[in-house]
Amino acid sequence: MKITTPELAMQKNTLDLYYKPDLRRNIVNNSLTLLSALFSIVAITPLVLVLGYVIIKGASKISIDLFTQLPPAVGLDGGGIGNAILGTVIVTSIAAMIAIPFGVGGGIYLAEYAREGSFSKFIRFGTNVLAGVPSIITGVFVYDIIVSSKLLFGSSYSAIAGGMALSILMLPTVIKTTDEGLKLVPDNLRKGSLGVGASKFVTITRITLPMAFTPIATGIVLSIARAAGETAPLIFTAGFSQFWPTAGNLLSGQIATLSVLIFNFSQEPYEVQRELAWAASFILVVFIFTINIFSRWLGRFTSK
Amino acid sequence: MATGELNELYLRRRRTAYDKFIDSSFKNVAITMASMVALILVAILIVVFWGSNESMGRYGLKFLVTSSWNPVDDKYGIATAVYGTIITSLLSLLIAIPLGVGTAVFITENIVPTKIRNIIGVFVELLAAIPSVVLGLWAIFVMVPLLKPILTLLYKLFNWIPFFSSEPIGPGLGITPAILILVVMILPIITAISRDSLNQVPINLREAAYGVGATRWGAITNVILPAALSGITGGVLLALGRAMGETMAVAMIIGNSNNFSWSLLGPGNTIAAMLANQFSEADGIQISSLYYAAFVLMLLTLAVNIISQLIVKRLSLKY
Repeated sequence: MKITTPELAMQKNTLDLYYKPDLRRNIVNNSLTLLSALFSIVAITPLVLVLGYVIIKGASKISIDLFTQLPPAVGLDGGGIGNAILGTVIVTSIAAMIAIPFGVGGGIYLAEYAREGSFSKFIRFGTNVLAGVPSIITGVFVYDIIVSSKLLFGSSYSAIAGGMALSILMLPTVIKTTDEGLKLVPDNLRKGSLGVGASKFVTITRITLPMAFTPIATGIVLSIARAAGETAPLIFTAGFSQFWPTAGNLLSGQIATLSVLIFNFSQEPYEVQRELAWAASFILVVFIFTINIFSRWLGRFTSK
Repeated sequence: MATGELNELYLRRRRTAYDKFIDSSFKNVAITMASMVALILVAILIVVFWGSNESMGRYGLKFLVTSSWNPVDDKYGIATAVYGTIITSLLSLLIAIPLGVGTAVFITENIVPTKIRNIIGVFVELLAAIPSVVLGLWAIFVMVPLLKPILTLLYKLFNWIPFFSSEPIGPGLGITPAILILVVMILPIITAISRDSLNQVPINLREAAYGVGATRWGAITNVILPAALSGITGGVLLALGRAMGETMAVAMIIGNSNNFSWSLLGPGNTIAAMLANQFSEADGIQISSLYYAAFVLMLLTLAVNIISQLIVKRLSLKY
């Protein structure tokens, strides 16, 4: 704000301490405040609209059948999306089982063994870059090394391939949260533990990891929620199936997931399929929001 | 104390070979796991590059400026998708920056009570949690039909401008809905990062600005925003990378046309959408061309991401 002398002089004549709403600076100020308020409203409108539609369209479809039935054949009525719900749980669990050990291990290395140094700098940089790789590319990558080469079990599309693609997406988040979580643990604890003769391994597993449990758990839970909603890497790794996964092909066969089901059914011209897509969206959104709110609640313990 | 006992005590001070083994192997395992990140990153680059070998040799750099996707005569070029990727991400950024930064300012500066600010913050974070496929579904069935009359009107009024030169066809799928849905997807990123950087601006700066009599927006535009600029720029670039690579919602509504047109009203394509729609059914030179397209996308997002990290590091707060 520039204050020019004539303005000052003018103010001197009528000097009082009352707020003058018709000054230019105050008008500009208020209109910008209004504008930013407007932007905030515009920013949260999509959330309200999307959630509103998903709840209206999806919640009305909720029934027992939805969870226990298979998607109907084209032209038939009813049915459910039980196999896709189960598939999402399976594929996401596989992803978590791969990403959590690797991510926590990598985070431990960064925070406990090599805080400084060019190697850890490089790995941190790589983590950020990997987080920015488009999810569809991880799908292409896993398709190439596992699906098209039939590397595992001689099958092409499989739950394992889908889980691996998702785990690549989760990995950077898990590493980062572990790294940051461990950095929050006061150094005194580490020194104390090493001082009484504990080995580095014991220090990490008994002292620092338990101390940093909440922030790490929060990050992991959030990354699971993200992975559950991902579609792009699953289209050509996990594929899609109209049937229940059986014990024999649980990991090696094509498997339906909620997100791919929404994508496939949204492209179909049949009303029944579209209704199921809305119902699947509702379940997915409820699941993800529950996890988000749970992690927020979990995060409360960290701030203390 | 007998010497033997002392010796034994002394020996017990040392860790057993087993303990040492556990300790060192734990470290080695941790190093291996940390290295996985680099390994995966390099492997992705190699795999995508390797897959595109055939197409790269055949079309070279002309691939980027040819707009033809013809499996019948095996002529491939991704000019349409490159144009779509760049125009959708840039325009969505253009809309999302003022909205996101404005929202961030609104919820960090002391304009409304903390409670309301927190609620808006949580809402924006939840917006980021909605899966893109759900946004796509909503866009197909709710947004696109609503948008079509507006787009038709734009066409009627401005069809002499190349960007509005084609009439929205069919259900109204096209580049404009894709841009709008991208705005929804990158808005939370820009807001969250701007909010963090604004919160990190030292309180002294604010107090000083208000102390010399600046109005709220005088302080914001002249002091607070410039101080937070590096963080905000980093966030914007991060959002740009995300917008370029965003797949599902865009693939569902962009119309998947490979015929080049400047128009934003008609259907188009992006690299990511092309991959999602064609990759699993392609073979031969077509799949190689798709790998090539993926390689181009990978390079674009890598460049944006690396620049954003450098900017954040180079320009980070000096106060």
